[in-house]
Amino acid sequence: MVSPVITETSESQKPQLFDCRDAYSKALEQMAEQNSRVCVVINDSLSSAKMKDFKTKHPARFINVGIAEQNMVGVGNGLANGGMIPYLCGASCFLTARAMEQVKVDLAYSKANVRICGMSSGMAYGQLGPTHHSVEDIAWTRILPNLTVIVPADDVETAAVMQYSLRHEGPMFIRISRIPVPRVHREDYEFRLGKAVKLRNGSDVTIITNGVLVSRALEAAQLLSEQGKSTRVLNMSTIKPLDEEAIVDAARTTKAIVTAEEGLAAGGLGGAVAEVLALRHPTPMRILGLQDVFAPTGSAEFLLDHFKLTATGMRDAALELIGKGG
Amino acid sequence: MNLKDEFEQLTGAENKAQWLRKMANWIRLSAMSMTHHAKLGHTGGDLSSADILATLYLGQILNVIPEEPRWEERDRFVMSKGHCSGAFYSTLAARGFFPVEQLKTFMDPLSMLNGHPDRNKLPGVEANTGPLGHGLPIAVGIALAARMRSQGWRVFVLVGDGELQEGSNWEAAMCAQHYELDNLVVIVDRNRIQQGDFTENTIRMEPLANRWEAFGFAVKELDGHDHLALLQAFSSVPLESGKPTCFIANTVKGRGASFAENKPAWHHGVPTREQLEIAQRELGLEAAW
Repeated sequence: MVSPVITETSESQKPQLFDCRDAYSKALEQMAEQNSRVCVVINDSLSSAKMKDFKTKHPARFINVGIAEQNMVGVGNGLANGGMIPYLCGASCFLTARAMEQVKVDLAYSKANVRICGMSSGMAYGQLGPTHHSVEDIAWTRILPNLTVIVPADDVETAAVMQYSLRHEGPMFIRISRIPVPRVHREDYEFRLGKAVKLRNGSDVTIITNGVLVSRALEAAQLLSEQGKSTRVLNMSTIKPLDEEAIVDAARTTKAIVTAEEGLAAGGLGGAVAEVLALRHPTPMRILGLQDVFAPTGSAEFLLDHFKLTATGMRDAALELIGKGG
Repeated sequence: MNLKDEFEQLTGAENKAQWLRKMANWIRLSAMSMTHHAKLGHTGGDLSSADILATLYLGQILNVIPEEPRWEERDRFVMSKGHCSGAFYSTLAARGFFPVEQLKTFMDPLSMLNGHPDRNKLPGVEANTGPLGHGLPIAVGIALAARMRSQGWRVFVLVGDGELQEGSNWEAAMCAQHYELDNLVVIVDRNRIQQGDFTENTIRMEPLANRWEAFGFAVKELDGHDHLALLQAFSSVPLESGKPTCFIANTVKGRGASFAENKPAWHHGVPTREQLEIAQRELGLEAAW
């Protein structure tokens, strides 16, 4: 078990927050120095993809295709055909939705060695609204054969996933938020594909989540412990391949499962967990996320609160399942 | 003697063209045998593209090693109109990427010869195509990779004319111009028919050459059934340094089988045994099987 760093912060001291895009772009620059096959493709958004420094340092391995996501994904396939290791970096909403057929055919079906870095996913674009939210991307990507899907929780895990991606065979979708998050992993954290990270052990209930919600799940576990409930927290950063054993073990050793995701409740992380449990160990569950709605107008923080993707929201869902008594 | 040696021993352009004509007709009959037996396929486009494919592969335009299909420095050919797999697979087999005998498994259960090409199953296939508008972006990526790695390979991509209605092609064309990809050659199989009707009755493609020119390509129109013209054109790329090349190959859909020529219904029509026999008489060769 990995002890979460976040709980070590004293109450008077607010935890430092990190934008995972900084970790991803720094990692990519380092990887490009280590490996001459690493290259980057963007679709216009140089600054929101945090690629200004990469462009300066590695201009010959930096391609801007303009506002053209279908071409962008096809170009990724072609670069991989020519022996490069391309990272396609752009807003997740456009990269997945606009270019979905290319993601399916050119990457997943073709088993192309291409990495999609879907930026500013979930509801990170806040007030810009549902056109710019990417609450569907997990449901869309995780059903595609051959496509690995990863949602890092903090800057440490983002950097670790990026480094891992150099060794990975086949296409990957890496979902990278722009919502600042506290650090939940130690600096020496090593990412293991397809392995849930048990950030806190517990025996009454398990919260399974990933991305920007992991720190909130740890807070929820703290709130539950104040009510005498012991909570396990799993950071399910790899959505595919899914760590089925960690899910079944959680179901066997705790009484209930709460999943929480920054996206649609249908078809995403909660759906994936439910598929496993329905077949292997049916267990009472709550799936927190957007319940078949597009988000109203509001900042990312507001929307996370609005959809009860909060410590108290997770606590309440857990208590509904396991009861308040002891 | 293999077909590569046979071609290379020919002297004189006219002899080479004549030999390629015969090979292209073999590809036509092979493709028609495949679609006849599978009762599925896209005969019209197989027949319009056969001369282009024969010239690229059997006219030794493409620098490839069939025994080593993933040789890093090879020229790449992307069959963007992946539905014309009958002609494409027959060409690959003739060039030696896999045994000609294997063509008989076309669309059989668990065959490597899927209705549309799969690079992870069949040697010589560069890209999984079928949905239209995928090949050109992939070709642009391959051309960019050559530049990044200081490699001299070229990439040829065969697109259908109706296919150009997909916007992704024009995204890729803008990119090819911007990055001055003169190692990229687009060949348009301009047979003027798409699945439902003639292209000009569906969404007008003309002035097609002007459109490619406007997108920054060096453009040449030619007869897509004239092997001499095709050989000369493909041997003279890039047409202009610093510009991607576009050949608009004017073709006849269903070319070589009188019953299929220029008929929209033959987009995915398949020949009966009787039609196959008519075609072999018209093409002067035995049907493959």
